[in-house]
Amino acid sequence: MSVEQEQTERTIRCLVAKVGLDGHDRGAHVIARALRDAGFEVIYSGLHRAPDEVVQAAVQEDVDVVGISILSGAHNTLVPKILDGLKEYDAFDDRLILVGGIVPDDDQDELRDLGVDEIFGPGASMEEMIDYIHENAPER
Amino acid sequence: MSDLVADLLAGKHSALARVITKIENRSPGYREIISDLHQHTGTADVIGVTGSPGAGKSTLVDKVAATYREQGQTVGVIAIDPSSPFSGGAVLGDRIRMASNAGDMDMFFRSMSARGSLGGLSTATTDAVTALDAFGKDKIIVETVGAGQNEVDIVRTADTVAVLVPPGSGDDVQMLKAGILEIGDVFVVNKADLDGADRTVQQLREMLQGRSGRPDSGHHGATELAGDHGDASDDSDEEDDESETWNPPIVETVANRGEGVEDFLDALANHGDYLDRTGRREGQARERFAAEIRTLLREDANELLVDELNRRGGIEHYVDAVIERHTDPYTVVDEVLAPLRECLDERRD
Repeated sequence: MSVEQEQTERTIRCLVAKVGLDGHDRGAHVIARALRDAGFEVIYSGLHRAPDEVVQAAVQEDVDVVGISILSGAHNTLVPKILDGLKEYDAFDDRLILVGGIVPDDDQDELRDLGVDEIFGPGASMEEMIDYIHENAPER
Repeated sequence: MSDLVADLLAGKHSALARVITKIENRSPGYREIISDLHQHTGTADVIGVTGSPGAGKSTLVDKVAATYREQGQTVGVIAIDPSSPFSGGAVLGDRIRMASNAGDMDMFFRSMSARGSLGGLSTATTDAVTALDAFGKDKIIVETVGAGQNEVDIVRTADTVAVLVPPGSGDDVQMLKAGILEIGDVFVVNKADLDGADRTVQQLREMLQGRSGRPDSGHHGATELAGDHGDASDDSDEEDDESETWNPPIVETVANRGEGVEDFLDALANHGDYLDRTGRREGQARERFAAEIRTLLREDANELLVDELNRRGGIEHYVDAVIERHTDPYTVVDEVLAPLRECLDERRD
């Protein structure tokens, strides 16, 4: 993509995705609403999405932020599949990949190595996340 | 031709997605992209789907798209949702309903928000349809909440417009006032298994009989109606020789169970045939391009004039002068436009 000067405050698009068998989306709803109120456009995936569907949504919607919510503990299986899919469709580099949920420290390091940009666990505040997105949203 | 356009034409999904982003953001260079893409368009069938919130648009679109995919056709969907006028943010939830096409990349689904600030949502939609068409999609579906002029404009980007009516909304006045009766080529009573569906179908039928023009052209006013294909066609050519008129069918569906979807597709196909048979498809395309040129001219001229106003110190001091009764709005406009008029006059010679 070529030079983009004087880009005035463009609208940041975020995908909030629930992957796998985890059926708890209360938190994802709260996050979707908070992101909306922060002025972002939020695409909510709905429950029980396969990694394929998350990739499809992230590519087609051309989101700046891919937010993956996993509370089932299956992050080590599901997240890498999503990352591989994004790479396959050339939609990995200019995207912020965030994971939300309960991720043990050892796993966190592993996910980061694979390309996850940030992990928000229990107790993370909305402001923290919104600020993070504002600061780190990819230049396009 | 930019790399992005080349990638899109080569069938790269992320390039298509990025082009639509540029269209939405009015990013620098988006005009050139549309210009480059235009010559590759003209092959897709564009279907507009509109109806009140909760009518079942997304669910029906999902099933329709899945059926097209089974037939081996590629599909693009643009779903437009409202955005908050306060934060500008939006939760775009239409994707949740796209369960039948999960993981299928040849079914391109894109959510767009009705970003108030950028204006010209219909322009952005038209451009997004151009991108999908150039990408090579066989069927393009534009889905939007049916309320107000904005929606009516958006839906006019479509060859065939389907209006969804949920049962029980059948208060005659409710249906008449949105002006939605005039734009529909196919009407769908969705959730037809609910109470009141028959009554809604009945009421719709009565209202549509009142709307459609009769073929006997001797009747007072009937010729106007016959030419009025859901559109102000006053500036188009004489079409009197085409005596065939379209009577919008009413289809009953239960979208979440997939019932009636085949009937709906048949109705869409029939309308497509009708457009081809009567030559109206071409007529519609002409009208659409004319409208697009007018809109773009207006937008660009407006931009030019805003710059000129700013160069002259902004609109405020003109307003001051008008309030003080030193001048009046007409004189101000004449003054601002004078150089433009002169310039045009010179060029004409």
